[in-house]
Amino acid sequence: MERHFDEELNQLKERLLRMGAIAEEMIQKAVKALRERSEKLTQEVFESEKMVNQMHVEIDDRCLKLIALHQPMAADLRLITAAMKINSDLERIADQAVNAGQTCYYHLFKESPVPQISMITQMAEISQKMLRDSLDAFSRRDVALAEKVLKQDEEEDRLKAQALTSLIDLLKKDPSHSSQYVDLILLSRNMERIGDHATNVAEDVIFMVQGKDIRHHLDHRDE
Amino acid sequence: MSPDVLDRPLEQTSAAPAAPSEPGPILEARELNLYYGAFHALKNVSVAIPDKSITAFIGPSGCGKSTLLRTFNRMNDLIHGVRVTGQVLLHGRDVYAPKADLIALRKRVGMVFQRPNPFPISAYENVAYGPRVHHLFRGKELDAVVEKSLRSTGLWDEIKDRLDTPALALSPEQQQRLCISRLLAVEPEVLLMDEPCSALDPIATGRIEEMIQELKKAYSIVIVTHNMQQAARVSSQTAYFLLGELVEFGPTARIFTSPRDPRTEQYITGRFG
Repeated sequence: MERHFDEELNQLKERLLRMGAIAEEMIQKAVKALRERSEKLTQEVFESEKMVNQMHVEIDDRCLKLIALHQPMAADLRLITAAMKINSDLERIADQAVNAGQTCYYHLFKESPVPQISMITQMAEISQKMLRDSLDAFSRRDVALAEKVLKQDEEEDRLKAQALTSLIDLLKKDPSHSSQYVDLILLSRNMERIGDHATNVAEDVIFMVQGKDIRHHLDHRDE
Repeated sequence: MSPDVLDRPLEQTSAAPAAPSEPGPILEARELNLYYGAFHALKNVSVAIPDKSITAFIGPSGCGKSTLLRTFNRMNDLIHGVRVTGQVLLHGRDVYAPKADLIALRKRVGMVFQRPNPFPISAYENVAYGPRVHHLFRGKELDAVVEKSLRSTGLWDEIKDRLDTPALALSPEQQQRLCISRLLAVEPEVLLMDEPCSALDPIATGRIEEMIQELKKAYSIVIVTHNMQQAARVSSQTAYFLLGELVEFGPTARIFTSPRDPRTEQYITGRFG
């Protein structure tokens, strides 16, 4: 039996995916801004944050009402609680994109260019893919794809460690560009955090679909 | 990024409709008091029921919710010793006015009861009864009205091949649908439902609730229920009554997420009642 409630759940999913699409675009713009030293693009990122913040509140409100009014159970309940958590992660992802934009706009663009930004753009590619895949996994209830996101996070962490080592090294060897290297360290942190939030989304998808909580590798839980 | 991401205003995208005042009221109680002999059952109740929407009345037993419902089509008139002061307005006209036409009132404001009460005749005749008595339709037209009424409640597909089945042989849920079809056949504007699902199992209740959601597109519905979850699920606005008093009335989403009166909060969180 098709329920009126299903229509509301579909609307919730749709809103969340739209918010995800905006967050994804914000990362893309922040990285393009970095590559092209474009102040205009950073401004666009800052502008988009307002929309994300508004949707953050709106989606939470939707979830709260769905819980209060429909007393969801089982799969419905898991969908709504997953949506609430994914909502927070998407908002944090947007914040990271804004932080990256601010680092570029207020600091990095004021200094002479350095070639090492490729470390960041490489990380950003993975972060964006992780986010896109986690949202696709949510949309299609695709556990295999969500698991792929978890794998990608390992690669992202490896790149982050590598970037940090090289940048610290450069800081010591080339103090004349220290400001740029510190900025790049901050940016690498932003990209890593985006990957972490995408990982959370993927974990929520697995819980939503299978009812299995895989976080923190705590596999032996009491029923 | 497309600027239309938030093209729909937030108010429209939220899960439940907004303020109860949005559509104009179809029914309104104004400073309504009702006494059963010396017992003061409704205390100065004022409430406006919006058109084409579902309004739920909740509250513990004896709070006056069913009594108020019954004032809307003057079913309390049948009880000995009832006295009413104040007004009940249907489209702005007082249903308690001396010249009010009771038959017409009950045709426009129909009632569904807790236990399905079909007449002990065939399913078809149950639905055809009202239009016949009111001389609304005959012959083929009557058949069409019966079909339409049965379709509105989802009963048509289940019983179209056996319309002459005795109504009492249908399942309780089908009987309840039949009683609602019987009301719809006389083209009412308001449907009053007094605990319409309390005699039904959860699956049947779910189906009736889905049906009510469909009906609100064409009718104004007031539902009295002991089942708070039901009020939350189906209604757009909720009124909470306690000891004959209207404690709080507002959008259901607000009442069930952040009620303003602590008595409402206590009731809906199960700490009281």
